[in-house]
Amino acid sequence: MRLEILNNGYTLWTKVLFAIIKAASRYPVPDAAKIVFYRPEFYGSPMKKLTHQAMRGPSQWSVGDREIMAAFVSKLNECTFCVKAHGAVAARAYGDRTKVDDVLADLGTAAMEAPLHATLVMIGKLTRQQSINADDVRGVMAAGASHQQIEDALAICFAFNTTNRLANAPSSDAFESGAKYLLKRGYQ
Amino acid sequence: MAAKNKETAPDFRRLHQDLVTHILKGKGNSSELERQAAFNHSGLTGPLKTLIDKVANYSYKVTDDDIAAVKGSGIAEDQIFELVVCAAVGQASRQYTNALGALEEVVTNKKGGEHAS
Repeated sequence: MRLEILNNGYTLWTKVLFAIIKAASRYPVPDAAKIVFYRPEFYGSPMKKLTHQAMRGPSQWSVGDREIMAAFVSKLNECTFCVKAHGAVAARAYGDRTKVDDVLADLGTAAMEAPLHATLVMIGKLTRQQSINADDVRGVMAAGASHQQIEDALAICFAFNTTNRLANAPSSDAFESGAKYLLKRGYQ
Repeated sequence: MAAKNKETAPDFRRLHQDLVTHILKGKGNSSELERQAAFNHSGLTGPLKTLIDKVANYSYKVTDDDIAAVKGSGIAEDQIFELVVCAAVGQASRQYTNALGALEEVVTNKKGGEHAS
């Protein structure tokens, strides 16, 4: 981590939690996840609630759909760790790795339901260009997505446009961090 | 399988507002003015401006040197943490607010059309 406080500035309980996670998974807690544990009253606690609501709260979108939206937004923001993590969750939720790989390789040719495709196009434009207009929304509704589905997708888009930035900025490349860890500590 | 259909949007909007209030008005090491500037992505200068520009526009381009330059300008790590969070939430919030406006425009026009017919 580029900020020392994000390496060592945790409460004893959080350090114990990190140790438990590492013991169970055999990997250190990813930098992208660590940031929500630092001074959680400032950012982590409200952000975790918000993200859980968007990703697991009631919605007409399935968990797989929501995870693929998260992976797709992460791809546009060039957050490699988040793409792999949420792509893996989407593949598991769908029971279909190919669907996820196809979306991440080329949305234009990936086969999927029209409402999901149109929604991915819309949140892709919002992520790349920072804004959308009424015609973009009409296009998604014409493809069959409901008002509520659009609103739910915008919530996911917000969550991951925030998360990706905070996974990228304070942390050196997650895989570089992993490589450094494995070189220094080995596999025990 | 889709989860149970139930209106969630008001909840999410409230959670979003709660997050924004926490980072801008909550207890912190940087002033509310500094946090608001990072959130708005305006009124900043020097290495901090460079860092916040990158967080808002292309966070994958942030380097170790960008963070080191901000530290070198006398800003403490806890302040940097807060300002980077504010910049990220600020940029995502502008997108979110813009998109809700576009959605609102469509829904309002639709309702107006229904009433007119």
